[in-house]
Amino acid sequence: MAQASIKAKPDQSDATWKTRFQEWWFRNRALIGFAFIFPWFAGFIIFDALPFIYNLYLSFTDYQIGTRGVPPWIGFENYIEIFTDDKLFGKSMYNTVYYLGFSVPLRLIFAFLVALILNLRVRGMELYRTLFYVPSVVPLVAATVIFAGFLNTRYGFLNQFLVLIGAAPVRWLSSPDAIKPSLILLSLWGFGGQMIIFLAGLQGIPEDLYEAAAIDGGTGWHRLLYITLPLMTPTIFFNLLLGLIGGFQIFEQVFILIGTNGGPLQAGLVYMLHVYNKAFRDFEFGYSAALSVILFLIIFVLTIMLVYTSNRWVFYGDAQDDDS
Amino acid sequence: MIEDPRARIVRYFVIYTILTVGAIVMMVPLLWTVSTSLKTRDKISIRRLELIPDPVAWDNYPYLFEALPILQYTRNTMVIVVASLFGAWVPCTLAGYAFARIPFPGRNIFFGILLATMMLPYVVRLIPLFLFFDEIGWTRTFGPLILPRLLGHNAFYIFLYRQFFRGIPEDIYDSARIDGCSEFGVWWRIFMPMSRPVLAAVSIFAFSFAWNDFLNPLIYLGSNKELWTLALGLNALQGFEGEDNSLNLIMVFSMLMIIPMLIVFYFGQKHLISGVTAQGSLKG
Repeated sequence: MAQASIKAKPDQSDATWKTRFQEWWFRNRALIGFAFIFPWFAGFIIFDALPFIYNLYLSFTDYQIGTRGVPPWIGFENYIEIFTDDKLFGKSMYNTVYYLGFSVPLRLIFAFLVALILNLRVRGMELYRTLFYVPSVVPLVAATVIFAGFLNTRYGFLNQFLVLIGAAPVRWLSSPDAIKPSLILLSLWGFGGQMIIFLAGLQGIPEDLYEAAAIDGGTGWHRLLYITLPLMTPTIFFNLLLGLIGGFQIFEQVFILIGTNGGPLQAGLVYMLHVYNKAFRDFEFGYSAALSVILFLIIFVLTIMLVYTSNRWVFYGDAQDDDS
Repeated sequence: MIEDPRARIVRYFVIYTILTVGAIVMMVPLLWTVSTSLKTRDKISIRRLELIPDPVAWDNYPYLFEALPILQYTRNTMVIVVASLFGAWVPCTLAGYAFARIPFPGRNIFFGILLATMMLPYVVRLIPLFLFFDEIGWTRTFGPLILPRLLGHNAFYIFLYRQFFRGIPEDIYDSARIDGCSEFGVWWRIFMPMSRPVLAAVSIFAFSFAWNDFLNPLIYLGSNKELWTLALGLNALQGFEGEDNSLNLIMVFSMLMIIPMLIVFYFGQKHLISGVTAQGSLKG
């Protein structure tokens, strides 16, 4: 056998050797490729895939504190309880959607308008950009704590200012009507992040498009409507999607501003707070997992719907990207 | 087209008025924070608006270091920051490089998985991960906070790197390989030095996400004061409405959390935009 193979080798042409080497090298490269993505992939299995599956499983069990061994399977009972018995489910969902319904569009509009103005290449634009952006750099915990003081009924700036100009002070964080507006106000303060993304998008619009429009006698309004806006739709879409996904998961601001109970009449009890309370206050992990699965499904369906409808209004005109 | 000079002046006046009023509104909470952080204890309970503190209580700053273990909080936060930066620099760039430049079987499928995880909300992993880390006895330790970061468990960073690396011309890669540079060598000697903008941008993200993280430290370290981060310390100092006699110290603490972020953003500002928008990564 050994002799036969030795005999066989010289018969093979140089070309075969070359392809063999290439094949070996390709496999070697593939191994290197796998080695390079291995840490990420291990993390994906441990921190994404397995927890996701286990969470789904947990949502069908009655896992509570003190549950030993395999948690008892109860089918859809958690889900049935959520939809029929859990008053706080509806309440927290309402609060979250209320918050989203205002904060997401308002933040988009502010960010876009300010970016438009800053893109006019006015003198001192750098300074203004910094001033609008700095609040977004403030760590969320610090921003929230600052707002807790800023909105404080007696010692906060806002009420003292209202009194100064002769208006009535508002119990921003302790009256049920004002809690959600306060949260929206806090989220608006951080519109700078989206503004920067818009600004980068605006500066990427080719100048010659505007020049062509000017030659054709287009007014500023036309330029905005027929050039800027269509070319900015991918950026608007990006910001809208991330805003919605993030908005559904609002937690830290509320946790710090008004505590885990969600304030008076639970007007500030957002969905994540309900999930947190069920898991880490009541230790009903199975029930809480079911709540989290519902939130996941809502975000998932919403994302699919947005991506699906985006074909109609998002304009991917520039084909310069070679992305597959 | 020549614009009427009067119309021009009106136009600029309107623009600058809007910008200036907007900027003032945006800066007021921060100015108030600075002002409150420099007020004495009896001044903060005055119910009248007073923007410039009199007297200026510079002592508040050193006092906070005496009253609270600020240095310990900072050290704990830095442990998480360092793990995060390591993950962003090594495993994430390697993965981004493999996705951009090394053809291996199933690469598109793996990349699809990567993109999918970017959309996976944190909430569906929260409880299983907590139960898992509790099971192996890692709650009340840094483990759950640093292990994912050390592994570079961040699809967003890998995605940004991949987009940037794809923009590096193929020729450079080919000539390096012909000269006998290994895959690892190309990554280290050619791609890393050429990728300063995206490295800077990702480093800023990594720093600020670690510096700002609240929910994870709360869940895993909340009951272990020894390992509290700055964010947890600040949250604990803050009382709900009614007990506000330490408002000035709260604002001092806030300033301590804000200043490092301002410094990082000041130096990284220019890379932040170029690193992220290069290669149209926002359009995916």
